[in-house]
Amino acid sequence: MRHNIWLYIAVMAVVCYAIRVLPLTLLRRRIQNRFLRSFLYYVPYVTLSVMTFPSIIEATRSPVAGGAALGLGVLLAWMGAGLFPVAVSCCAIVFALEWFLAAA
Amino acid sequence: MKREAVNLRVLKRHRVSFARGARDGVPIGLGYFAVAFSLGIAARNAGLNAAQGFFISFFGMASAGEYAALTVIAANASYVEMALVTLIANARYLLMSFALSQRFDPAAPLRHRLLVGYCVTDELFGIAIAQPAPLDPWHSYGSYAVAIPCWATGTAVGVIAGNLLPGRAVSALSVALFGMFLAVVVPPAKKDKVIRFFVPLSFAASFAASRLLPALSGGTRTILLTLLLSGLAAALFPVPDDESQPKEGRNHEA
Repeated sequence: MRHNIWLYIAVMAVVCYAIRVLPLTLLRRRIQNRFLRSFLYYVPYVTLSVMTFPSIIEATRSPVAGGAALGLGVLLAWMGAGLFPVAVSCCAIVFALEWFLAAA
Repeated sequence: MKREAVNLRVLKRHRVSFARGARDGVPIGLGYFAVAFSLGIAARNAGLNAAQGFFISFFGMASAGEYAALTVIAANASYVEMALVTLIANARYLLMSFALSQRFDPAAPLRHRLLVGYCVTDELFGIAIAQPAPLDPWHSYGSYAVAIPCWATGTAVGVIAGNLLPGRAVSALSVALFGMFLAVVVPPAKKDKVIRFFVPLSFAASFAASRLLPALSGGTRTILLTLLLSGLAAALFPVPDDESQPKEGRNHEA
């Protein structure tokens, strides 16, 4: 059975809003438990990393181009480039490499 | 008469804050539009139409969270899985909202808390917390008024124009999102040894899981590995008291 996309969106919307608003309205004290605080501190980095790889090499037509985008993105971000320049550079290298690979 | 004058002055102050917020929101909105376009391509691949793309972004306001939600839709997974994936992928906003709650004037009315909380994203949180405390909700509203439409329409345009673009351009644009994730993950990894260790470990674990357990959907893989690896990191390397709150002025994504 296919699920309803609007219902999916509704579920996501409710959870998203609850996550953002509950701390602002209900819990005004800091979390005391050190494990929980540490866990929440690491969560974003682990989640984003897990979602980035191997998806980045599967999103492009050629995995080599995706791999190059990964390398360039890490390098530029390491050198301090912002969100937008890193994203655009990743696109550019994929475009250039796939052009080159198609021509070769 | 006197009361009216006071009201007018307050109104004017709110208008000035709103305008400042809107100005601060412009560069954020431009970046959002571009990344949302790439998200729109992913949304189209997951079977969403332009209206659905618009609303998933309007209500989601999160690139990683929405991308995770799209993997759930693409896999036709259960609504419970959608709720869990959304919870995990957006867990960092919980942290930010905690930090933001400390910036609010304790007397701030509930409606401001409800509205400001609607759009806690990495960048908008960043500029909100860069303002002197207590937090001025009107500054936030100004930035939201620019950033939210850019994000939502960018996604809708991505769904539509993703069709019109040649395959090679779509292939290139589809990595914009991952580039943005990298731009969020790498700078803290440079400063924090534990993160520097766990980012490549997460890559490797995710790759291994995708090959060894192909039956696992992308969303479930994300949940399980996040719980496992973050739990491991927290158990082995608990953070000192002052580091567990999101830092100011960090480079972040939506």
